[in-house]
Amino acid sequence: MKNDTGRRPDLSVVIAGVEFKNPVMTGSGTFGSGMEYAEFVDLNRLGAVVTKGVSNVPWPGNPTPRVAEVYGGMLNAIGLQNPGVDVFIERDLAFLEDYDTKVIVNVCGKSIRDYLDVVEKLADLKRVDMLEINVSCPNVKEGAIAFGVNADSLFEITQKIKRVAAQPVIMKLTPNVTSISEMAKAAEAGGADAISLINTLTGMKIDVERQSFVLANKTGGLSGPAIHPVAVRMVYEAAHAVGIPVIGMGGIASWEDAVEMMLAGATAVAVGAMNFADPRITEKVIDGMEDYLVRHGIDSIRSIIGAVK
Amino acid sequence: MADMKTKTGTTVIKNTKIADGVFDMTLRYPEGKAPSEVKPGQFVGVFMNDASKLLPRPISICGWDPEKRDLRLVYRVAGKGTKELSEASSGDAFEVLGILGNGYDIRVLAGKRVLLAGGGIGAPPLLGLANALAGAPVPAQVTAALGYRTADLFLKDEFEKTSRTVIATDDGTYGFHGNVIDAVRNELVREGELPFDVICACGPLPMLRAVKALAKEFSVPAYLSLEERMACGVGACLGCVVKTAGEDPHSHVHNARICTEGPVFKAEDVEI
Ligand SMILES: Cc1cc2nc3c(=O)[nH]c(=O)nc-3n(C[C@H](O)[C@H](O)[C@H](O)COP(=O)(O)OP(=O)(O)OC[C@H]3O[C@@H](n4cnc5c(N)ncnc54)[C@H](O)[C@@H]3O)c2cc1C
Ligand SMILES: Cc1cc2nc3c(=O)[nH]c(=O)nc-3n(C[C@H](O)[C@H](O)[C@H](O)COP(=O)(O)O)c2cc1C
Ligand code: FES
Repeated sequence: MKNDTGRRPDLSVVIAGVEFKNPVMTGSGTFGSGMEYAEFVDLNRLGAVVTKGVSNVPWPGNPTPRVAEVYGGMLNAIGLQNPGVDVFIERDLAFLEDYDTKVIVNVCGKSIRDYLDVVEKLADLKRVDMLEINVSCPNVKEGAIAFGVNADSLFEITQKIKRVAAQPVIMKLTPNVTSISEMAKAAEAGGADAISLINTLTGMKIDVERQSFVLANKTGGLSGPAIHPVAVRMVYEAAHAVGIPVIGMGGIASWEDAVEMMLAGATAVAVGAMNFADPRITEKVIDGMEDYLVRHGIDSIRSIIGAVK
Repeated sequence: MADMKTKTGTTVIKNTKIADGVFDMTLRYPEGKAPSEVKPGQFVGVFMNDASKLLPRPISICGWDPEKRDLRLVYRVAGKGTKELSEASSGDAFEVLGILGNGYDIRVLAGKRVLLAGGGIGAPPLLGLANALAGAPVPAQVTAALGYRTADLFLKDEFEKTSRTVIATDDGTYGFHGNVIDAVRNELVREGELPFDVICACGPLPMLRAVKALAKEFSVPAYLSLEERMACGVGACLGCVVKTAGEDPHSHVHNARICTEGPVFKAEDVEI
């Protein structure tokens, strides 16, 4: 695809010194470690693979049912099942060695120490380009309240992680807060190199015939197209609150949604639940973005970031 | 990257009601896009045309005709998605993900005395298995024990073409009055023995639990086809797990993915 000047538009973006070939990433937990989708998607085309949340030790996750469909979206209560950082490094990171895409490792934990253990183990690994810290995990010490719902604890965890992290740190914000701007500022003050949002919105589904909860966990995180307008609004607010780059996600189902997110202020975007509806969605979003730039005679995608004030 | 997998657009060839709320659908793959290998016990994810329904519906393979590229699915209307499917007519299009999961290994079952235990909508994948076993180089001796709610039976005649067939109905309107396990105990156990080399079962969870207990009692190995709510169908979301006796190969936390490690498991490997 070429524009008036005969050149292909430049899709690359830079976050904290890391250059991505395009702004399209995968939403953590919706793409495994890339391995599961490698037969469906050319991973080399992606801006980055963001891996499933990994903790210091294996986590078994929640009882089933863990997923439910809702109108235009889905609920999940996977409970962050993962094999722990050691298996992750040996198997999943090793698999990603062969691909020409950036790797962002999503990290979860139940105490600050848990997070630091993972971050320290990843510190020497060249294959890890960035870290994304999921602060929606239950903080066991503070009574299962997520780290990310209180500005002080978000500031504290960000600061502690930054002290030990070798790679740039993205703090992934939860939308289940009163003021997303306040949380974005707390992450920035703690030293975050970037923020990503939104994680899932807490929801619930009841089976009216059986008169019971559909998810074993009762509540689950809502994602998919249903949450997109909420995500755009929050990305816009966060991008106006901080100076660090914002990675936007939440219900991206097409290149239009991705462009919208960037116009609202995102430097990059991630596609989550829609991978389940169409495993090739990320490639389609990239193609559509390129086409959009050509049609509008725009040379670089960077010039649309936050263009709608 | 020539042989990338993708969603495939298929065309409805046939979609007929074969019992109350149960439909028999044939989907044809376009030329050059047909799956190269299809095993009984595997499944596909069928996407709805109404995009507000995001997730693929997992439906087992009841039959596969490689010449015509025809996939046969038999499904029960259980909610919004299967209702949309049931309203389709020939010529309509559906996108399909798959072939997914691990099915039965015909070589392992060939030549054996096989008991198929099916409950309700668990029967269709077992029909695919019965037909594959009948066509194996060394055919198996297949007995199908099938449980239905009432005399509104489906697929029975097709099972009878290849297999000895025992029918149970919950309300006693046809065959044995009771569930399929009681029918097996009453009609197939001889002199304290269950005269089979292997059991393959598909059906509701209580039935699968009973099959597991039966298999243990008579020391007959059993394979169970499990179901769980799925999102991705390809092993990425970890939505569809079942507790396993040993460490699972993915997360090492005794939670295997039904869509990837399953849906067919050895009975002793899963804690249901
Ligand atoms: C491996 C596997 C094979 C299956 N094979 C068959 C088959 O051959 N024939 C058949 O009739 N049914 C089969 N099922 C069950 C079938 O997937 C569900 O009945 C169907 O998804 C219901 O969709 P719905 O939109 O009508 O129901 P809704 O209740 O509206 O569906 C809402 C969501 O829940 C999911 N869901 C609901 N019930 C089930 C269920 N029992 N299992 C898994 N997901 C469910 C749906 O996929 C959808 O995502 C199979 C399930 C699995 C896991
Ligand atoms: C099945 C599933 C699992 C997820 N797991 C994680 C996770 O491990 N870590 C994380 O930070 N976010 C996780 N998320 C949240 C997504 O990365 C994303 O922030 C959210 O789903 C919104 O984007 P979407 O609407 O495009 O899915 C998960 C989402 C889903 C649907
Ligand atoms: S459905 Fe996603 S892992 Fe099985």
